[in-house]
Amino acid sequence: MKYVTEFRSSDLAKGLLERIHATSRRRIRLMEFCGGHTVTVFRYGIRKVLPDSIEMVSGPGCPVCVTANSDLDRAIALARLPRVTIATFGDMFKVPGSRGSLQEAHAEGADVRMVYSPLDALRISRENRDRMVIFLGIGFETTAPTVAASVLQAEQEGLENYFVLSMHKICPPALRALADSGEVRLNGLICPGHVSAITGSQAWVPFAKDYGLPCVVSGFEPLDVLQTVWMLVKQIEEGRSEAEIAYRRGVTFEGNTHARRVMAEVFETCEADWRGFGKIPGSGLKLSARFERFDAQEVFDVDPGPAVESVGCQCGAVLRGVVSPPECPLFRKMCTPEDPVGPCMVSSEGSCSTWYQFGGDLES
Amino acid sequence: MCLAIPAKVLSIEQMSAVVDMGGVRREVSLMLTPETAVGDYVLLHCGYAIQRLDEDEALETLRIMQDSGLLEESR
Repeated sequence: MKYVTEFRSSDLAKGLLERIHATSRRRIRLMEFCGGHTVTVFRYGIRKVLPDSIEMVSGPGCPVCVTANSDLDRAIALARLPRVTIATFGDMFKVPGSRGSLQEAHAEGADVRMVYSPLDALRISRENRDRMVIFLGIGFETTAPTVAASVLQAEQEGLENYFVLSMHKICPPALRALADSGEVRLNGLICPGHVSAITGSQAWVPFAKDYGLPCVVSGFEPLDVLQTVWMLVKQIEEGRSEAEIAYRRGVTFEGNTHARRVMAEVFETCEADWRGFGKIPGSGLKLSARFERFDAQEVFDVDPGPAVESVGCQCGAVLRGVVSPPECPLFRKMCTPEDPVGPCMVSSEGSCSTWYQFGGDLES
Repeated sequence: MCLAIPAKVLSIEQMSAVVDMGGVRREVSLMLTPETAVGDYVLLHCGYAIQRLDEDEALETLRIMQDSGLLEESR
């Protein structure tokens, strides 16, 4: 068992597809919450082989994309401070804020380093004691525990030059905002697999129960997504609404309770600003009082100036599933991966970037 | 962003492990999955193992997929 190739078998895909075609009767709209699922759907041409009755829409599950300009501006302002090194996941580098990006700050002399892991940021802190290293904490429940663990490690080692600018967010409050708005009618939700590895499928039970929204947690291989669609179609056709798991090899009902404890030790929930949604209470994570000395927001005093949105950019509506990328007037014209206007064109899991790469023949 | 890759745990020393990801060896942290044992497959995200993979469940999922295909063929 390699846990990858087994879940790409075209024979099994055919069987699942036949099953979906035979079972699907109603016209339905399914949302893939997670940008990673959007990539799987497009990379493997899944939209083209599903019945016409099933419409797929992309959701807000791309942490880089939902980061508000006010937060990006703060990160860029921090990068311009003397003796500061910014350590960030690569996806954040090119995202334009109100006035420029980290990449532009870097070109003008700021020390911005791309890292794969918060562990790399810890190493940079250890090796550069004369610099203040700020890690940009981006990500949902999948990533927040890793950053929490890095803060615990910094505390243990007595590292005094490691800081985190937490822009972490948690998914259920955003999904609730989406469901409450009634802006998009959804019949089923493809729940994020690696968020659920931490939260457990229990996180989606309220949506199945209170909102009557069938939920299935999916993995990221093509067979995972097809099985998830099949399970959702079955729930819908049978009039059920439950929180089920297709990705059983990596997700349980309880999730990773140890990782959640680490996360709860370091972070507490706070209001967060989501691109496309605005401020959502209890949807963000900030460092708790005990870890204030690691909190870049508390330690460094910067004025990023007023946040300004790019004229014409539809990323907010794309993230709410209201507009599909080709419907944005800037898509492919003013806005490309080489010269992006909005974050959904920058992140490797942004809907616009995915449509740009794989969706050419779906646009007509 | 929430990408996580399956990797096989080759050795463990305290809270870190050496894993094999498709032929590439890497050192990763087990701070989020302290119960991990040598030989386990884990989901690797940003240098941390965030969950252990369950082989029985993986095989069961494949069996369910297979059955759905066979059922279809027998019609």
